[in-house]
Amino acid sequence: MLAFIGRRLLSLGPLLLGMLVLGFAIIQLAPGDPVQVLVGDYPAPPDYVRQVRERFGLDQPRWVQFARYAGQVLRGNLGYSFFYNEPVLDLIAGRLGATLLLMSSALLISSVAGIGLGIACGRRPGRTADHALMVVGLVGYSLPVFWLGQLLLMGLALKLDLFPTQGMRGTFFGLGPAGRALDVLHHLALPALTLATRYLALNVRLMRASLVDVGAQDYLRTARAKGLSERVVIYKHALRNALLPVVTMMGLNVGHLVAGAVLTETVFAWPGLGRLIFDSILHRDYPVMLGGLLLVSVCVVVGNLLADLAYAVIDPRIRLERS
Amino acid sequence: MAARGTLGDLLRRLRGRPLGLGGLIGAGLFMCVAVIGPWVAPADPFTLGGSALMPPGRGHWLGTDDLGRDLLSGVLYGARVSLLVGLAAAGGAVLIGVTVGAAAGYWRGRLDEVLMRVTEWFLVVPQFLIVLVVAAIFGADLRLVVIVLALVGWPTAARLTRAQFLALGDREFVVAARGLGASDARIIGRQILPNALPPIVVAGSLQIPSAILAEASLRFLGLADPHVLSWGGMLNQAQNFLQQAWWMPLFPGAAIFFTVLSFNLAGEALNEMLDPRARTAAGSA
Repeated sequence: MLAFIGRRLLSLGPLLLGMLVLGFAIIQLAPGDPVQVLVGDYPAPPDYVRQVRERFGLDQPRWVQFARYAGQVLRGNLGYSFFYNEPVLDLIAGRLGATLLLMSSALLISSVAGIGLGIACGRRPGRTADHALMVVGLVGYSLPVFWLGQLLLMGLALKLDLFPTQGMRGTFFGLGPAGRALDVLHHLALPALTLATRYLALNVRLMRASLVDVGAQDYLRTARAKGLSERVVIYKHALRNALLPVVTMMGLNVGHLVAGAVLTETVFAWPGLGRLIFDSILHRDYPVMLGGLLLVSVCVVVGNLLADLAYAVIDPRIRLERS
Repeated sequence: MAARGTLGDLLRRLRGRPLGLGGLIGAGLFMCVAVIGPWVAPADPFTLGGSALMPPGRGHWLGTDDLGRDLLSGVLYGARVSLLVGLAAAGGAVLIGVTVGAAAGYWRGRLDEVLMRVTEWFLVVPQFLIVLVVAAIFGADLRLVVIVLALVGWPTAARLTRAQFLALGDREFVVAARGLGASDARIIGRQILPNALPPIVVAGSLQIPSAILAEASLRFLGLADPHVLSWGGMLNQAQNFLQQAWWMPLFPGAAIFFTVLSFNLAGEALNEMLDPRARTAAGSA
């Protein structure tokens, strides 16, 4: 088990390196001279420009610059944000919690509800309820995240005033810890639902298809033939196998979830990492941008790792050591 | 004649799938709007000057935006951009994917290993973020967006093509062609590819809605091509007027939604018809 995890973490290497090279290449190709940004728009004496160039190592060949940056990253230093005047690591750490809260709630909603509804569809395929849910699933899958967010915001927050319109915390003072938690939950509801919808729909469809697939197999006919109740057949026998594709898909979708988070955080002004990364791109705040891309890649690998582990828990036939 | 035969066959098979048929009709409708939209639009969506923030009603069926521009005309004009992006990006992605997948599946061995590693990397990488970075730094010009969408969208097609080539590569007709001295290019292009293509194209059709969504997302985030009017851009503009003008987000968003839904329904139905596994699943239903 440990060896497996270690090997998977090693596979972080190529992904992170690739992301790093790509980000670095984009920055090198980007129009504009970073020194000009640092010096400002005023006509600066060429001596001063050269001095700045030397101080930041921008006079070195590109591969030296890249090696220096990669070396710093390995030592846990992501650099310094010119825009916010803060170390990148601190910036990211400050925003990470909000995004993780948003993403994990969305993941929870989409997997619990998605798998539940998928079972409801797949155990009796062909019924009206099954068809209806499949249509709902396709609708949910086709809804643009940001539009859904806007509609929920307009209807439930602005018109009916049931939820706050933006941010993560209200401006009430003197709330106890329980009150503060409730306040955050209240703010979280709409963004989490918005982000969850697409994956909920995806999970319903996958779960249903997978259950129908498994349902046609011989071992289930055997289980039914020996008199097991339908409940046991579905939940003990079929579900284990049917869950596998759903779990794999969830792991693969972590990257997409981050993209969804950028959009959701924009609609609801959620103070998260997605928005920070996007703003850093707009501001040409390259250290924050690279750091953000790296972190997202780490999330992707960890998501896949968790999916693999869950896979092994669900299906004991899979031996992690040999895979 | 043959083309009509396959089309008739297609429609006959779709008759039992009302959703797939509906999707096909919806996609067709969208394409019509994309082609004729600018001619039937009641106004030029770029001209300012009407009354701002007018609710839907006579004169402006879908209302006007904060600059007094006619929303219906905007929605009609926007279809063209979405169609263009969807078709071009999906086409490009399939083209790259088929090339990579064919090379990997035909020559196998070392090349296959390397290419599949690369494919895997592109598959797990956060694709939308890459598109976002490129669009934000190099400008969100329509052509560039299409190119980048194609450059990140090809792995699915590559894997499918490779699987097809692996499956077909040892079949008698390929061995026979090789025995007769056919060149690699001829075997790939004339023998294997025509047999491998149908499922690849159908799977590729599902790239159209995702490309449309990705483009709309970029525009929603404010990465606009100033020369182009797009549905996502209209939603970006609407974000500041959610309180005053429900029609501003409603109609452009609905246009994106129905377009994406149509393509998803149609692609899904075609996919199921071609995939025997999915067919048994549906048949047992």
